[in-house]
Amino acid sequence: MQLLETIWLVMRKDLLIEFRSREIVYTTLFFAVSVMLVFSFSFVREGVAVEGAAPGILWVAVAFSGTLALGRAFERERQNETLRGLLMSPAERPALYLGKLAGIMLLLIAVEVVAVPLVAFMFQAPLFRYPALMAALLLTGTLGFAAVGTLFAAMLVRTRSRDVLLPLLLYPITVPVVIAGVRGTAALLQTTPDLPMARAWLSMLVFFDVVFVTLALWTFEAVMTE
Amino acid sequence: MSLKAESLEPTTIMTTFFTPLTVLVAAMFAVAPILVVGAPYESSMGLVQKIFYFHFPAWMAMFAATAVCGVASARVLFMGRKESDATALAAAELVVVFGLIGLITGPLWGRKAWGVWWSWDARGTSALVLWLVFVSYLLLRRFGGPGSERLSAAVGLFGMFNAPFVYWSVNLWRTLHPKTSVVPSLPVAMGVPLWFSTVAFLGLFMLLLAMRTRLERRRAELDSLHLALDD
Repeated sequence: MQLLETIWLVMRKDLLIEFRSREIVYTTLFFAVSVMLVFSFSFVREGVAVEGAAPGILWVAVAFSGTLALGRAFERERQNETLRGLLMSPAERPALYLGKLAGIMLLLIAVEVVAVPLVAFMFQAPLFRYPALMAALLLTGTLGFAAVGTLFAAMLVRTRSRDVLLPLLLYPITVPVVIAGVRGTAALLQTTPDLPMARAWLSMLVFFDVVFVTLALWTFEAVMTE
Repeated sequence: MSLKAESLEPTTIMTTFFTPLTVLVAAMFAVAPILVVGAPYESSMGLVQKIFYFHFPAWMAMFAATAVCGVASARVLFMGRKESDATALAAAELVVVFGLIGLITGPLWGRKAWGVWWSWDARGTSALVLWLVFVSYLLLRRFGGPGSERLSAAVGLFGMFNAPFVYWSVNLWRTLHPKTSVVPSLPVAMGVPLWFSTVAFLGLFMLLLAMRTRLERRRAELDSLHLALDD
């Protein structure tokens, strides 16, 4: 299928460039670690984390590093005008968007693979008790965040003050994702885990993802053409 | 480039009804305080509760503005209607203004009535988040440089679709705490001044929207004339 092939090509291009320098993945990873450290100083009292701080710290680290990764990924496109090149090609716009989204998702998942065990380790949080639900929450939450983020980062590429405007635009819109992610994770980490609640949050995340990926696909072309 | 007189002042529904609406809204705002003073005192809060007659209508006007901005943004993005951009900007500014009224009256009321400035309740928090989305819309317009009309239209559209999710997530987050449903359980004597105030505020919203939209269209027209002159 033409669409899938284009998505794969765009994603492969991004991953190949990233693999050669590994710039974004290393910097984002260590940024996530520093964020978690800074938050630990606020929320760890007498050697023990404040009740319920672990999920919050995890998701804040994901949100902050996600914003950084998005900014860096599209800065790279801007420097070489490659985004304009992509748009001038006969590739379908939805495929371009999905290809970029897939690349960003993989980057964020790579960060989470390190961040999640680190949070479990630093805060003695039993994040691996329900691995399937935990992974589902992380994936759907990251997808929701990345879907809106990829669109906004792409549309801000040629805008002034884009570095500060991206988080400014992104965070209010992704508030439902953060709430659902944190509360869902917290429901799993409670002393008596609340599985139905975690599933309720997961279904909200799925709903959010469906609506906002669709919306982003609709608006991508309109927003990227001059 | 020839200028046709019609292009500067199109006759719309709003222009014909503008003056009568101004008179009506002015009259309603003059009458409303009388109704508010005449409304019964609420049993536990007394006089403080009357700030509600500003608080609730301000939120209603804000939600109306959100809907207008979202629809106008959709028209800009998908139908290429440049005129709708002025409406979207005007509506976004009114979201921020009416939202600010709601956000100031809310804590003022809350502090006196329940002892806390901010209680993270579902409605207040959702409204704050939605307000922030439209503040970011205005910041993008202001600091984004040229071409930010389409980009901010995307933000307006996303903001409108985000509103139910924000409410759903914040509401679910706060299910442990009792929901406050003040409006349906109000005695009739309080209902009349409340809905009167709401209609007055919505009338004010429509007037401000019409004026600001017209101003923005003229400003955009002036900009394009400047550019044409420079060529």
